[in-house]
Amino acid sequence: MKALVVERNLPRFAASRVASLLGSGRGAGIGPLQLLDAEAPERPGDDWYPLRPLLSGICGSDLATLDGRASRYFDDMVSFPFVPGHEVVGVLDEGGTDVAGRPLAPGARAVIEPVLGCATRHIHPLCPRCGSGHTGLCGNLAFGALEPGLQTGFCTDTGGGWSTAPLMAHTSQLHAVPEALSDQDAVMIEPTACAVHAALSAHVADGDLVAVVGAGTLGLATVAALHSIVRPAVPCTLVVGAKHARQRELAASLGADLVVPPDQLARAVRRRAGSLVLAGRLTEGADIVFDCVGSAASLTEALAMVRPRGKVVLVGMPGKVSVDLAPLWHRELTLVGAYAYGNETPPGAGQPDRRSFELAIDLVGSASLGRLVSALYPLERYEEALAHAGAAGRRGAVKVAFDLRNPKGRSR
Amino acid sequence: MSPRPGFVLDVDSSTPPTLFWQGERFTLEKLPEGSRVIYAPEPIDPLTDPQAAIRHALEHPLGDQEPLPALLRAGMTLTIAFDDISLPLPPMERPDIRQLVIEQVLDMAAEAGVDDVELIVALALHRRMTEPELRHALGDRIYDAFAPNGLLTQHDAEDPDNLLFLGQTDQGEEVEINKRAAESDLLVYVNINLVAMDGGHKSVATGLSSYKSLRHHHNPETMRKSTSFMDQHRSELHSSNWRMGRLIRECGVNVFQIETTLNNDTFPGAFKFLQKREWEWKAKDRLAYVAASSALDRVPAKHARKIFHSVRAPHRMTSVQAGDVEAVHAVTTANVWEQQGVVVEGQTDILTMGLPYISPYNVNSILNPILVACLGLGYFFNLYRGKPLVREGGVLIMTHPTPWEFNPVHHPSYIDFFEQVLSETTDPNVMSEQFEEVFATDPWYIHLYRTGHAYHGVHPFYMWYWCAHALHHLGAVIIVGGDPTSVHRLGFRAASTMADALEMARDVVGPSPTLTHLHSPPILMADVQ
Repeated sequence: MKALVVERNLPRFAASRVASLLGSGRGAGIGPLQLLDAEAPERPGDDWYPLRPLLSGICGSDLATLDGRASRYFDDMVSFPFVPGHEVVGVLDEGGTDVAGRPLAPGARAVIEPVLGCATRHIHPLCPRCGSGHTGLCGNLAFGALEPGLQTGFCTDTGGGWSTAPLMAHTSQLHAVPEALSDQDAVMIEPTACAVHAALSAHVADGDLVAVVGAGTLGLATVAALHSIVRPAVPCTLVVGAKHARQRELAASLGADLVVPPDQLARAVRRRAGSLVLAGRLTEGADIVFDCVGSAASLTEALAMVRPRGKVVLVGMPGKVSVDLAPLWHRELTLVGAYAYGNETPPGAGQPDRRSFELAIDLVGSASLGRLVSALYPLERYEEALAHAGAAGRRGAVKVAFDLRNPKGRSR
Repeated sequence: MSPRPGFVLDVDSSTPPTLFWQGERFTLEKLPEGSRVIYAPEPIDPLTDPQAAIRHALEHPLGDQEPLPALLRAGMTLTIAFDDISLPLPPMERPDIRQLVIEQVLDMAAEAGVDDVELIVALALHRRMTEPELRHALGDRIYDAFAPNGLLTQHDAEDPDNLLFLGQTDQGEEVEINKRAAESDLLVYVNINLVAMDGGHKSVATGLSSYKSLRHHHNPETMRKSTSFMDQHRSELHSSNWRMGRLIRECGVNVFQIETTLNNDTFPGAFKFLQKREWEWKAKDRLAYVAASSALDRVPAKHARKIFHSVRAPHRMTSVQAGDVEAVHAVTTANVWEQQGVVVEGQTDILTMGLPYISPYNVNSILNPILVACLGLGYFFNLYRGKPLVREGGVLIMTHPTPWEFNPVHHPSYIDFFEQVLSETTDPNVMSEQFEEVFATDPWYIHLYRTGHAYHGVHPFYMWYWCAHALHHLGAVIIVGGDPTSVHRLGFRAASTMADALEMARDVVGPSPTLTHLHSPPILMADVQ
């Protein structure tokens, strides 16, 4: 069995960072990632089950880590060596138990909710955040029975999805995959859960003008979540800035009212809001802006197009950025992060609270989000896969994933 | 030697390549044998003493109007309105006609003891002129005497306090014009009649009006029924303006109309070859062409644009007439036709034209894609009387780079129009119904129009409506050398070469088409028999 493994190797991280100047993912061959023989990690406890990956996605945060662009903030929440891959659909060859305590038969497919919170670390009592179901906000990510790791795919004890060897999944992480979902659908559940969490955490109000900056995986999934989960109960207008033609097609098909190139987004919002422009900012802009890119440019743009007292939701993982916060202060804006998943209260009367993952599983099926999986690569072709993922939009792709189903390797 | 009239050349094997404008550049194209090329008449002789001609016109008005001196008296209010930056094209060498005329009007007013005099730029919904542009049009003496005292203003179609609603025509058209102009004892309007479309009742009824009034004739239906704008008697646009103008007169607004015509001496020294017939080019013309072409090919477009926008045309005045609006305009129109008219026998399957760098709406600015469309389909296509040069269902081929480029100061709503409206529809009726009102009332566009140098929010719609007749008439529009993305957004076809364009055109009009090239500028008007 093989796995892609990240070692703590500063020269290789440095080399990768230099190479990434040519494009994200371009430093895979000289970076800290290596394809090695691998075995399944040891079971950290009885409530852990081996999950053999079928498909595992390449996330923007994976690329940032491998490019050496990730914020140093995460340094203490990672343990080396680790196998990346937190967007995973796999098979429980020995069966298991899901997050709700339901049994999962041997051979059942499952996805993991990768946050390594208190339950996975055998920390009791649970911290207040885990206790209320908001595992993404757990503060114990470096403590307890596991080595540090904010998620599966960043922790040396659990393994990760970029491997033909099983990873270890805690019962609190496991969600069964419905029969109706393809493997491509299922590998989209984790990023979709992030988008669902972001869409619901923004508390969109009736009649709001909502802008989405960026239409990669997270942006498109956020559009889908806003359209399919929020909008049936809370009518709102969705305007999306998408750089590439394929992204624009998908955003429109997922429910955006208007899709424009990024450099036209502020003007489109201005027209919809009937706004003036002052100091390069809209006097009346979008009520909520989802920044699904996470760069200094996208955040600056988001802050410029949101209305006074409006809200900017950071969905894409940001790094260390330089942004003028004077308008945030002057216009009393709310800048809020949306990370991972938790318990959600869907809008509409009488809606019960549900896990972000449960809502995502439904959404992936209803919106056919498996179509966002554009390319599959065998592990052996990881350099190509990462380069493809780093240039996904430009190459007409959205989600690039590793295909671990055929040990001989095959791509489409 | 007297100037030669316009000319229709039949292209044969000995005909040299024909000059095509392509924005800030030009090319030579070998047209198929049997094609026709329409050349403008040569510049007619200007007035030998324009100052005397102006004085004569003011003292000997046409129609039912008194001489200007008789209309001037102490204690009266006098307003002088004049055409804006959109005329003439290119801007003329100093002194501008407006300066010559207004100086004499002001001299007469001073002699009569008129103290209350104001000057108004008749902008309609165009952009405000800059100080250098105003100084160029009026001369420093007038500018310095009036502007610092607030007596030189630019019509503001969005200032409710300075608009006066005069009523409705018998067709229900609302007439609202500049309040100062309407309430003055005398309104003198100074025109530069570059083409037959300009002047007449359109001067006041359009130039000094508001969106409320303009929308009655600047709409797809009226524009489509104007066949053509250059033929007042077959132009719904003009019919509407004439109804409005007569209502303005009935409301007691005393308009003293002054109209002037220019010869078509369009380009100075080094660019003189641009208005010559190619087979008559001498060595120095060929040298000038090669030098200009190679120089322009080497410089970035923005520098080439700067070079061309610094060109001042050696236009000279050929006539001036004053008095009653309609009597004056009849004479003016005849004078325009004398300079620009060319008799053309029959229509053509394919009409070609090279679009230059300038239109009425991009002086000192960028000819953006919407203005490219308007220049070709709204203006050049309509340079006819009788029948369009190209038959119904025929093809129009234009040469222009058509970059996706806008001047954000002058044309902010054009950017949105291009991004939003044209991405959804190119149908003038649909855009009129679905988008016009929103753009016309957008507070940001209104702010920029009133305080900056921006065309009004609704203006790009009007540019597209100018194309309505051509869009309805033509089977296809092809732009040679145009940025494909921009061209497709306009709903047209892009071709990389003239040969490709002709091949594409044959698919529309058949395998053996007739072809006519409109060799303009200089401006000409085809009298299609």
